[in-house]
Amino acid sequence: MCLAVPMRLIERRDEFLGVVEAEGVQREVSLMLHPEAQIGDYLLIHAGYAIGAVDEEEARITLELLKQVAEAGEPQ
Amino acid sequence: MRKPARILLGHGGGGRLTHELVGDLFLPAFANPVLATLSDSALLPELPPGRPAFTTDAFVVDPPVFPGGDLGYLAVCGTVNDLAMAGARPLWLSLAMILEEGLEMALLETFVAGARRAAAEAGVAIVAGDTKVVPRGKGDRAYAVTSGVGVVPPGRELGDHLIRPGDAVLMSGSLGEHGAAIMAARHSLGGPALASDVAPLAGLVEALLGCGAAVRALHDPTRGGVATTCNEVARRSGLRMVLEESALPVSGGVASVCELLGLDPLYVACEGRLVAWVARDAAGQAVEALRGHPLGEGAARIGSVEEGDPHAAPLALRTAYGTLRPLDVLAGAELPRIC
Amino acid sequence: MRPGAYGDPAAVQALAARIRRAAERLPRPVTFMEVCGTHTHAIAAAGLRRLLPANVRLISGPGCPVCVTPVGYVDTAEALARRPRTLVCTFGDLMRVPSSRASLERVQAETGAVRVVYSPRDAVLLARDDPGQTVVFLGIGFETTVPTVAAALAEAEAAGVGNFLVLSGHKVMPPPLRALAADPEVRLHGLLCPGHVSVIIGARAYRFLPAEFALGCAVVGFAPTDVLRGVLALVEQAVAGRPAVANLYGRVVSDDGNRTAWALVERFFEPAGAVWRGLGEIAGSGLALRPQWRARDASRLGVEVGDAVEPAGCRCGEVLKGVIDPPACPLFATACDPGTPVGACMVSSEGTCAAWYRHERLAVSPARGEGGGA
Repeated sequence: MCLAVPMRLIERRDEFLGVVEAEGVQREVSLMLHPEAQIGDYLLIHAGYAIGAVDEEEARITLELLKQVAEAGEPQ
Repeated sequence: MRKPARILLGHGGGGRLTHELVGDLFLPAFANPVLATLSDSALLPELPPGRPAFTTDAFVVDPPVFPGGDLGYLAVCGTVNDLAMAGARPLWLSLAMILEEGLEMALLETFVAGARRAAAEAGVAIVAGDTKVVPRGKGDRAYAVTSGVGVVPPGRELGDHLIRPGDAVLMSGSLGEHGAAIMAARHSLGGPALASDVAPLAGLVEALLGCGAAVRALHDPTRGGVATTCNEVARRSGLRMVLEESALPVSGGVASVCELLGLDPLYVACEGRLVAWVARDAAGQAVEALRGHPLGEGAARIGSVEEGDPHAAPLALRTAYGTLRPLDVLAGAELPRIC
Repeated sequence: MRPGAYGDPAAVQALAARIRRAAERLPRPVTFMEVCGTHTHAIAAAGLRRLLPANVRLISGPGCPVCVTPVGYVDTAEALARRPRTLVCTFGDLMRVPSSRASLERVQAETGAVRVVYSPRDAVLLARDDPGQTVVFLGIGFETTVPTVAAALAEAEAAGVGNFLVLSGHKVMPPPLRALAADPEVRLHGLLCPGHVSVIIGARAYRFLPAEFALGCAVVGFAPTDVLRGVLALVEQAVAGRPAVANLYGRVVSDDGNRTAWALVERFFEPAGAVWRGLGEIAGSGLALRPQWRARDASRLGVEVGDAVEPAGCRCGEVLKGVIDPPACPLFATACDPGTPVGACMVSSEGTCAAWYRHERLAVSPARGEGGGA
């Protein structure tokens, strides 16, 4: 249970409000649960709130791992 | 006194206000000789040769003005497209509106301009109409009901009964644009990426039927989206349909809205798209014909028809991983979910 | 529709192959459970079960908050919708859940007093814009969602919006996980932990499972590669006999979780007993508004609610514990289906029975034979 989508913070409107964007779709969201958000961060958005941020280094590591797994194909 | 800024009960009364509304707004917008007679019934020219086709539709949309269109444009396109899906050339439409007392005149002007634009794009005339007004609080701003007459040229036949196992399923463009734009507007999702795909498809249909490909049937995937339309056709024809997930065109904006609200693009309405069932060998030619038309730029083959199987789901999706899953009939309206 | 990088088909096939290979070394068949409605949905949507070897079984547990919400909660919500000058706001998930006598969808048709919102914040704004109305937000959901409701309450407090109330049906995950791990009827060999709940509570929250029950855990996200990496990790843990908590969703899950969010939850909520539809009462598994917030607690509005009527004959409890598969229930696909759901597991599209009905029930046509099941 929990649909949450990564979206990039493009604007801060207030202490606790920001605007996030993904694929040209934008929404105002509350930053009350993740007030340390910075413009450019990829935030995890659930029910109109940022509940956390995507750690870009971890994401890069995971994607690199997946790339290796895909290239290795079937294990021998 | 200046002209009223809002619709009054009197506008539906049949008296002076009604005549002003018709004469100042509707008549000039839909200008055509048939309508101009303002007779009780539209007396039409002779029908061109072929089979007459007739359809009717009712339109309620919230919000009534949305990115890419409005109630009036949507209403005309909806009826034009129903006729076009039957292979008919749309000719004459009626437009009845039920207006809520208090509706801003500017909003009504938007609807009328939209209807006019759609009629012009589709090459149809709005030859009959009616207006009623309900008291404030008894109607959601405006409802529109359109009916339309067209003619299927001699020698042309389309229908689900013509679909055969082995046939190809084509989609004229990306899925879910209309429904996603509406849901986005309702839940405060904005941005440049979202606009309804609403458009009149008669020209696209002629381009497809004119290319010589063996087209069996056409349907526009409106409420319930592509999955609902394909389910209905599968059940009516007794055949099984399999769609290919990797082949479904979905724009980034629609994918994003669907992810956020927990919707499945396969079940989200389109208002400017058609699904075509064509003979297997004609698929390539048909896709090219669609792509050659401005409204069919994103056309693609999305699936195939198989023999019916009473033990298998009538409609299935082959995922990007080669696994198959059934695409069920929708229980009710798609609602945003968090889970 | 092409999957993103985390759904890359080549990576998915390669991971499936690794799982098959690793599973050859399993001493016995294993059963892993996921406890998140979004996982149930994601696994079904990608058909991932069909990629697993026969000795690795993936089942769904009580992870759908709608499914485990007791009938009485929905009855209360309906009674609130019939209360004068009251607007009930809810996530879409609850609208079609059958209650004792109706559903929110039907009560909306009767009263016009039910509104679907995407965010609890939308309900606060509705309350602000109409001070004469009591706006009740239906607070369902696990640890991912509770902080958003707490934040909505905080915003209402700060803005002086006194007419925003919450009917709490919130639940937390560790107590039912403990109950499942301790239940002799349930034989699990691994747990796929809910990725977004974990964003809030942290990966550390699951350490008691390997420590006290020798049950291995993998914290995973929702893309096909996330789920399969989790299954692979659990197979490897089972082969080695070394249960642990593997955090495979490090891109958003930390050890400690979101402390800011949980502090906000603790400001407004306290642990309470809660009834899990199909499982019964589990101590400390729910969240209730603290006594000092009684003015915002919709359960104190004193609406009259009829007796709760639970459906007879359904075996939801056993399905939710993963003890039986849906077809073993006599009501499955007969009296109980997604259009006319009887029990908890069918009410939401993430429920085990609903997911099974949609995705596992019918055979694939013989000519295809791609692992079966569509």
